[in-house]
Amino acid sequence: MNLDNKPLIEICDLSIGFSNEEKQVLPILRNIDLTVRAGETVGLVGESGSGKSTLALAMMGYLGNPLKVLNGSTSFRQQSTFDLSVRELEQIRGGQLALIPQNAGQALTPTQRIGRQISEALKLHSKFTETQRPERVIELLTQVRLPDPATLVDRYPHELSGGQQQRVAVAMALAGEPDALLLDEPTTGLDVTTQAHVLELLRDLAQETGTAMVYVSHDLGAIARVCERVVVMYAGEIVLDGSVRQVLLKPVHPYARSLLASIPKLREASLPAALDGRPPAPGDVGNGCAFAARCAMVEDRCTHERPSLQVTKSGERVRCHLFEKVEQLAAPGPGTAVERSSLKQAPEVLALDNIAISYTSRGLLDQILGRQPNNTPTVDDISLVIRKGETIGLVGESGSGKSTILKAIAGLIPARHGNITYNGNELLKASIDQRDKNQLRRIQLIFQNPDDSLNPRQTVAEILAQPLRLYFGLSNQELHDRSLEILERVRLGGHYLERLPSQLSGGEKQRVAVARAFIAEPELVLCDEVTSALDVSVQAAVLGLLNRLQREFGTTYIFVSHDLAVVRALADRVALLYQGRLCEIGPVADVYSLPSHPYTEVLLGAVLEPHPDSVPVLSADDIVELSPMPIGCPFQRRCPRRLGDICDTQTPPWQQVSSEHLIRCHIQHSDLQKIQTQQVS
Amino acid sequence: MLSMLLRRLSLGFITVALVSIIIFTGVEFLPGDACTAFLEREAQGKLLENCRRDLDLNRPAIDRYLDWASSAMVGDLGVSVNGQQSIAELVGNRMNNSLLLAFCALLVGVPLAIFLGVITALWRDKPIDLVFSTAAIFAMTIPEFVSSTVLILVFSAWLGWLPGIVLTSANASAAEFFPEIILPVIVVAMVMTAHILRMVRTSVIDVLASDYVRMATLKGVPYWQIVFQHVLPNALLPAINVVALTIAWLLGGVVVIEVVFNYPGLGRMMIDSISDRDLPVVQAIALILATVYVSVNLTADLLTMIANPRLRTLHMRK
Amino acid sequence: MPPTLAVPVIKNRNQNRLFKVLSDVMSRPSGAIGLSLVVFHLVLAVISPFIVPFDYREISAMLMLKGPSLEYWFGNDHLGRDIFSRTLLGGREAILVTGIATPIAVLWGSFLGIFFGLVGGRVDEFSMRIVDAFLSLPWILKMLVLIVTFGTGIGVLIPTLAFFYGIPVIRIARAATHDVVARDFISAAKARGHGRIAIIRHELLPNVLDTLMVEGAMRWSWMLLAFSSLSFLGFGASPPTPDWGLMIADARGFMSFAPWGVLAPVVFLSSLIIGINLTADALAKALGIDRIQKAPV
Repeated sequence: MNLDNKPLIEICDLSIGFSNEEKQVLPILRNIDLTVRAGETVGLVGESGSGKSTLALAMMGYLGNPLKVLNGSTSFRQQSTFDLSVRELEQIRGGQLALIPQNAGQALTPTQRIGRQISEALKLHSKFTETQRPERVIELLTQVRLPDPATLVDRYPHELSGGQQQRVAVAMALAGEPDALLLDEPTTGLDVTTQAHVLELLRDLAQETGTAMVYVSHDLGAIARVCERVVVMYAGEIVLDGSVRQVLLKPVHPYARSLLASIPKLREASLPAALDGRPPAPGDVGNGCAFAARCAMVEDRCTHERPSLQVTKSGERVRCHLFEKVEQLAAPGPGTAVERSSLKQAPEVLALDNIAISYTSRGLLDQILGRQPNNTPTVDDISLVIRKGETIGLVGESGSGKSTILKAIAGLIPARHGNITYNGNELLKASIDQRDKNQLRRIQLIFQNPDDSLNPRQTVAEILAQPLRLYFGLSNQELHDRSLEILERVRLGGHYLERLPSQLSGGEKQRVAVARAFIAEPELVLCDEVTSALDVSVQAAVLGLLNRLQREFGTTYIFVSHDLAVVRALADRVALLYQGRLCEIGPVADVYSLPSHPYTEVLLGAVLEPHPDSVPVLSADDIVELSPMPIGCPFQRRCPRRLGDICDTQTPPWQQVSSEHLIRCHIQHSDLQKIQTQQVS
Repeated sequence: MLSMLLRRLSLGFITVALVSIIIFTGVEFLPGDACTAFLEREAQGKLLENCRRDLDLNRPAIDRYLDWASSAMVGDLGVSVNGQQSIAELVGNRMNNSLLLAFCALLVGVPLAIFLGVITALWRDKPIDLVFSTAAIFAMTIPEFVSSTVLILVFSAWLGWLPGIVLTSANASAAEFFPEIILPVIVVAMVMTAHILRMVRTSVIDVLASDYVRMATLKGVPYWQIVFQHVLPNALLPAINVVALTIAWLLGGVVVIEVVFNYPGLGRMMIDSISDRDLPVVQAIALILATVYVSVNLTADLLTMIANPRLRTLHMRK
Repeated sequence: MPPTLAVPVIKNRNQNRLFKVLSDVMSRPSGAIGLSLVVFHLVLAVISPFIVPFDYREISAMLMLKGPSLEYWFGNDHLGRDIFSRTLLGGREAILVTGIATPIAVLWGSFLGIFFGLVGGRVDEFSMRIVDAFLSLPWILKMLVLIVTFGTGIGVLIPTLAFFYGIPVIRIARAATHDVVARDFISAAKARGHGRIAIIRHELLPNVLDTLMVEGAMRWSWMLLAFSSLSFLGFGASPPTPDWGLMIADARGFMSFAPWGVLAPVVFLSSLIIGINLTADALAKALGIDRIQKAPV
């Protein structure tokens, strides 16, 4: 541990970019000035295209293939990183400066066992001899809170769950006892509860070992938990640099303000304010402030003169001409409230009655041998009534079956048994081939990943024409007019018609997907994690769009998500799923407050709010369940409030907490109320 | 793991069974039968009747198929159409010769191909890559009879270093084939090396761009350690399958080279027996080569399963 | 006052995709060379009957195995015929046969491949076993059996080549179909209720076309190799047709003292095949397809 005053990592006026086909130089990073001292935990925040990952890797002297240094330098321990020899770099990387990568599953060599990969790091960067290393590996695995390290050592990366892989990556980084850790979005793709555990681990490690940390992320909640200092990046520049309290509670840069305002909050039942437009592409910035095109406070000066980083009275660095004005503004208030009319009298749109779904695939040999499929259904006992005009959230982590249910409603997967009734009296046949066109038209599905859900070979016009031709049989002129109309509604101009998906941003693609769903004039729209793959500010815009369309057309939504805050913002009711079974269902406000199903409690506790004082409550262990339990409560293995054997053997009964709020648990809800309130106070 | 093994074995067996049916029905559907084909213009009267009797052609097809298939399984491939030679003997001889050629080519070609494939990938777009990649393209696209001919022209006719034709008889021992076998081995190895080289090159380039290689770099692992411990074990996995296909090709696909050099291998025998309309021999060779193809691929799949941890522990995936 | 939605306009390239791909191919050295070679040979195959100086059949005892001269630029073969004329005409039958057989092979192979890729299940698994069975037989054997039985005319060669060279295409089309079908936009189309045919036409085909095009180019080069090998062995083009493979076979015996009979057809044949390969390579790169070369089956 090194507590002298010289900075560990020092970046001076660094600009990095690449040359494109036309020989123009496009900068990814522009004039970065940043220092990191020993023991500091710094968060690098930005959305896609901000350059944060490039910056983190540059600290290690690593530049992706087409990138090169345009000017400036970065040094580690006063040595200029890009001037070091290969041998010197090899010594620093993994030894004094270690990386914890984004997708650990891909970052670990598939043909080597875990123990060996950690040993490799030890061999290169520590003084442990060959005989001492195996023991040290086990120590490291224990330090990252992995269960049964002795067995894990012989496993291959693909045999571990996502959370376990990430912890192994942390252990591997710690092997060299580094002075600083670089973390590149280490919790992306992990479940909510797993993410919370891994972050606690990182936070504790930072405090115990005094290692400096540079934490790159778009998730302000994660950063709030781990970092003392936050640096906000936009379009390749640092726009704000201050303590975590300063940046998250009273941001003095308009972008940071908008960013925070666009994050849905768990306690607020309102839509976050959207930030229109998108960041400039590399090379498109021009002479003024990069954020000028989207800034609510923009003045003439902003479009002509690029602001430099100035220091405020409180010691923050901010890149804005008008930061003093921003200081005067009140903290960003809550966004637009969603109108929630009483829906109890609304007619029934969809009723799921005792739905069970199974994934079975039997190869030729299995069929010849007559082997039976696994009998416990993936999803079971789902009964739900959805009313016209409401938005019901389906929440759960991986394995919860939420997407499966959506696909079954759409007819892509047949239900093993149970009925789906539409509009009170029409039975929805299990598979699409058996449904009539009218039914199909009225139920539309929007997918998670806009890169995948749009045909890369079709223009937007053709994409929108598909449903129109299928359902309405319109002429070419009518197709054109309707497409223009719907594009207007999703706030995309007519010039988008001739574009290919590869020419659109993520947010724009998702808008096209929304347009495609709505052009069919549906009554029920199934949203499968539609905002999960988008940047935070873009997410807010899409949520706003969905809400607006609902008010205009009276559409009913089934909104699947793993993000409790997003569901809070948009949904009227929410149903929680664990391992394919319903745990709790009711109006969002009721479900998010006590009493809660123990799983709801765990989930809510694990949510990371972008607030420095928010502390997650980790009550359940981070175990991965491979398949649902055949009998008893689905949550029996992880429940922190487990009653006893009854949880293993008997299916919990539905208890009515209020007219619309139901919990499925063996514990009486009044008892739950008591224990859960005690815990909180 | 065991169930995987059994599964692959049974699938292989089904494929071989299917091939035998295809071969048999294929031959059945040709106009005439083995006797009319062989005897041609003389296929009439007593001669034809006797021939058919000798070859048992008067029985229903299914019986004959089952007979043939069951005998083949125990290694009895019947007799040639003129009723005089045991096919197993004939073929066995040629098979040995083909195996010799294949073995020599593999010995030379595979290590060379892997080495060059890795080198061209590591020094991508540098002169050494351009030279060998271009050479590989040439070796792959120039027809075998062309390259054989050119090599004979250069090394035998002009320089006189090596014999241009194999004159050793078919049942000679291995040693007697040298030095005549050298030119054929070179031609065969050239084509083979070119294909494997390109494949290894692509595979190594893919692996070099992977996340885990980047991670190893950022972990401070020295370059050559990354190449040998992180890149090669992953990049060479697909090579196993390609080598398997090459082995099958070496035994049955190098006909042209055998003809040009007059090498007494299975390929030549195939052509000769087809030209002679000796259908029982043709059937037998087809069955053997198909079985070789299936077994070699099966072995490759199994080796891949053993070498690739992801496949090995499939049943334990999360 | 927040600004109105200012969506930055992305430069929209208003070019026909085909034109764009072609210019991409031509911009690469391998593509430029390859395409030029292919075009040269195609043009030659069409116009050669009109430009050859001599009748390719004309035999002359006096000119046997004469070297290149001012009158006979490439010399004369073992029957005294003009090698130059025969070389110019030498690709015609090969290009004709393979030029017809390749599209047929790719078409029927793709059709079945896409079909099996979509159908899946038992039908697919069983059919793949049959495909494997066919692939396990050596190419020469498969083709020779048919050729020897039915003759070596174009009417036999074309269907034979088309049939046996279409089989590997089944596997490739099937794999490409699997890749595409796994993607969400196919599920989206299914969920909307589009019929199978419509999905194949609008969603699937445009996305597998690239792979199939590149594969088609490679198929053509392998088929040419096969055709010329067959001619060389005496089972393809029949005399007196001028065919490069046949010419090489004939001239082989005199190679040590009269190599020109071999050299000319070698250069022409190789240049065409290399040209196709280079074009296919450049095409794959232009379309952004990863390709691992397989042994010619």
